[in-house]
Amino acid sequence: MSPSTDSFEEIESAVVRFAGDSGDGMQTVGERFTDSSAFAGNDIATLPDFPAEIRAPAGTLAGVSGFQLQFGSRKILTPGDEPDALVAMNPAALKANIDDLPEGGMLVVNIDSFKKMNLSKAGYETSPLEDEEFRKKYHLVELDLTSLTKEALKDSPLKPSDKARCKNFFALGFMYYVYGRPLDPTLKFFSDKWGKRLPELAEANSIALKAGFNLGDTMETARNRYQVSKAPVQSGVYRKISGNEALVYGLVAGAQQADRELLYAGYPITPASPILEGLSALKKFGVKTLQAEDEIAAMGMAIGASFAGDLSVVATSGPGMCLKSEFIGLASITELPVVIVDVQRGGPSTGLPTKTEQSDLLQSLYARHGDCPLPVLAAHSPSDCFDCAIEACRIALTYMTPVILLSDLYVANGAEPWKIPNVSDLPKIETKFADPKEELIVYKRDPETLARTQAIPGQAGLEHRIGGLEKSEDGGVSYDPENHEKMTQLRADKVNGIANSYDPIEVQGEKEGELLVIGWGGTYGAISSATKVLQDEGFSVSSIHLRHLNPLPNDLESLLSSFKKVIVPELNLGQLSTILKAKYVREIISYNKVQGKPFKVTELREEFVKYLSAN
Amino acid sequence: MSTTTEEGALTKKDFVTSNDVRWCPGCGDYAILNAVQRTLPELGIPREKYVVVSGIGCSSRFPYYMNTYGFHTIHGRAPTVATGVKVANPDLSVWMITGDGDGLSIGANHLLHLLRRNLDINVLLFNNRIYGLTKGQYSPTSEVGKKTKSTPAGSVDYPVNPLLFAIGSEATFIARTSDTDQKHMVETFKAAQAHKGTSFVEVFQNCVIFNNKTFDPVTGRDVRNDQVMVLEEGKPLVYGEDGSKGIKLNGLNLESVDLGENGASEDELFIHNPTDPNPAYATLLAQMAYPAFPTPIGVLRHLEGRETYEDSVVQQIQSSQVDGEGSLQELLTGKNSWVVE
Repeated sequence: MSPSTDSFEEIESAVVRFAGDSGDGMQTVGERFTDSSAFAGNDIATLPDFPAEIRAPAGTLAGVSGFQLQFGSRKILTPGDEPDALVAMNPAALKANIDDLPEGGMLVVNIDSFKKMNLSKAGYETSPLEDEEFRKKYHLVELDLTSLTKEALKDSPLKPSDKARCKNFFALGFMYYVYGRPLDPTLKFFSDKWGKRLPELAEANSIALKAGFNLGDTMETARNRYQVSKAPVQSGVYRKISGNEALVYGLVAGAQQADRELLYAGYPITPASPILEGLSALKKFGVKTLQAEDEIAAMGMAIGASFAGDLSVVATSGPGMCLKSEFIGLASITELPVVIVDVQRGGPSTGLPTKTEQSDLLQSLYARHGDCPLPVLAAHSPSDCFDCAIEACRIALTYMTPVILLSDLYVANGAEPWKIPNVSDLPKIETKFADPKEELIVYKRDPETLARTQAIPGQAGLEHRIGGLEKSEDGGVSYDPENHEKMTQLRADKVNGIANSYDPIEVQGEKEGELLVIGWGGTYGAISSATKVLQDEGFSVSSIHLRHLNPLPNDLESLLSSFKKVIVPELNLGQLSTILKAKYVREIISYNKVQGKPFKVTELREEFVKYLSAN
Repeated sequence: MSTTTEEGALTKKDFVTSNDVRWCPGCGDYAILNAVQRTLPELGIPREKYVVVSGIGCSSRFPYYMNTYGFHTIHGRAPTVATGVKVANPDLSVWMITGDGDGLSIGANHLLHLLRRNLDINVLLFNNRIYGLTKGQYSPTSEVGKKTKSTPAGSVDYPVNPLLFAIGSEATFIARTSDTDQKHMVETFKAAQAHKGTSFVEVFQNCVIFNNKTFDPVTGRDVRNDQVMVLEEGKPLVYGEDGSKGIKLNGLNLESVDLGENGASEDELFIHNPTDPNPAYATLLAQMAYPAFPTPIGVLRHLEGRETYEDSVVQQIQSSQVDGEGSLQELLTGKNSWVVE
């Protein structure tokens, strides 16, 4: 089935948000809308937003789960500041989201759920839908979704309660009509997921989806339909990818490019668990996955595997990073490669476990005893996780060091189209082990990288001991004060030298001017978009997005001095800006937000423009 | 240099490092080191296949004195590193050295999981019932009422029994030996290596400085014949001078009986069966303690047949690769890609 396009209004982009109970299947419909839009050739960015509880009490504000996406015929870098259309499956979903819907925005509500009990659970004394002003404010579409779905499924063998659960796809079908989305990818999803196992369910969901679509067609209200054309992108093969998926693939690719076996050790933690699950499904690639008894154990297993010659990886979130700290110090002093992924979430402590934040930067840089600098890098978008994972593997193996790779919940759970690389174009990672024909000097260093020699257990003649006690170059325990200072300095010099292997910083805009915006991590889309808006308006503003946070790029200092002002927007209280001030001793403007939500493009634009002179 | 050492050519000397051993003079660790260095050359395993992993504490300095691959890790966490080594390369013979503080206090959680997972690793837990390296605080195996620097009025902690801990963790090989008995240590370590699965060995070890003679009432030269019961598979539980006493079951409890004309006959005694899958028997043995009972040494429990963790990991990978390894390009492309011209 493919929609006709006669009555469409052409728009450049649109933002749609689905909101309902956490059991309503909002993440699923959001994902399907994303797939359908990708299939239609749009550029996309998504923002799943769900509560920490799996099923908070039904109908309450605490249980509201949402999924927002922006799709467009232009480059889409963020999931959008505010929705153009909001689908609210119940009063709580309406209440939790209505403040974000601008006047005139499309509001689709399931009026079947606007009953007294649900209204009162959401804290409404009377239904907002009875308020005339409210009704005028939005482009309101009231659908009795539950009854419509049951009616459409009257011939289905499903139980009545199961029929009602198909209403999310009815609502999705309706939104497909409004935005002229193709149904085929979703129909295929039904048949792939349930076709064999639960054919009645696949059939019922297909009927509900089509019924919702057809309802749009027959409603005969003079409703707008929107057309979002294909985005102009480079030719190639594309797919949709989330940050955690891209990270999993990047790690497998990194191991393959380095010709090492991949061992992953993890402990379940939001939002990093999909990495453990994703790699566990890749046994065909020889990936060994260990679900450890705790975060500490996962790090220990990775260190043991690294000693035995595997490329070892752990992934966690902030609380897990705290637990791994002591072991990370051991990996540093024994100079063993381990890739440590921190998918950041709101902290401290359990904090906001299902919301995004960038507040583990200082922890990654400093939270170890002793002088223990480590390379730290951050992925800026879902697909960038792939490249960053390979880069983290490269640094770990080339320099014999643990590496911290920062992702965040927004990047990990968000999705975007990705131009699939050719494996033959991926960079090789060259590493070497000690030669059994030569006498082993455990801390003999490569003159260029300062990496120590690695000798793998199992080889005769290379027997040696490593450990947490300070060592001299020959690998013996040494309490000599001067040796400790020398080794501490060598480890720091080794890490600092990694900056010599970076590509030059990419600048969005001119390499000098009035204002330089510096970002890192998941704020890339919002910062780039706001910078672009201001550049189009004629302001002298440029932006850079740092992948490498330690050591910082060698060309950063001169770039900083080419701008009158520098602003660092971060989803924390100013962590990178603190580092930059300390390192470069110059004024840095901090712009911070710690609400568990990403930046909006508009709020960044408003902030940046304060520091720009009228053009 | 060749990649393997000729079997049989190894001697104790091959396992001695040039490092000065820095335990206190008279420490029981010297005797254990000697026993391990005597054991390893006799196991038919090339030296380069041995990896000794330890945590933190006096006992955990062990790897520095073994001329093998070695890793001195952090406090309590040796089981995790040993697990990583073994899964990465199941071909290695991994020996984990820990103590009562390292293994049963800070690292008890990891030890539990190592034992239940049944990796083919040999765990030697040196039990001296004291924190030695931190200079004399009571440990999780110290007896109630023990006066130390951190318990001047006596410890109020009820101690953990290492053997019961291992039984509760469903370890498949559980043994006990003593630093006072070279021959018995070597036999026990050999049995540990022969077992496929995690082997847990408690070694009574004397701390000459902070807890001297703690095991003397049991293993002391003058009393050991009466206080130590050496377990031998298939033989009755007999102890005492000239085997004059034995152990039999009385209801759900053990009872010590005199043998001989006016006492019990050997037929009434328990026959030592470490392969009994029911943990009740090993539990009774593990609870035998001074002064009510003789203290058993030897192999309490020995269960073969449970798959090791590392073998299962390898098997899952192999069975998923029956039709060949995965193609990275196919993985990246996935099932829902589209082409932009």
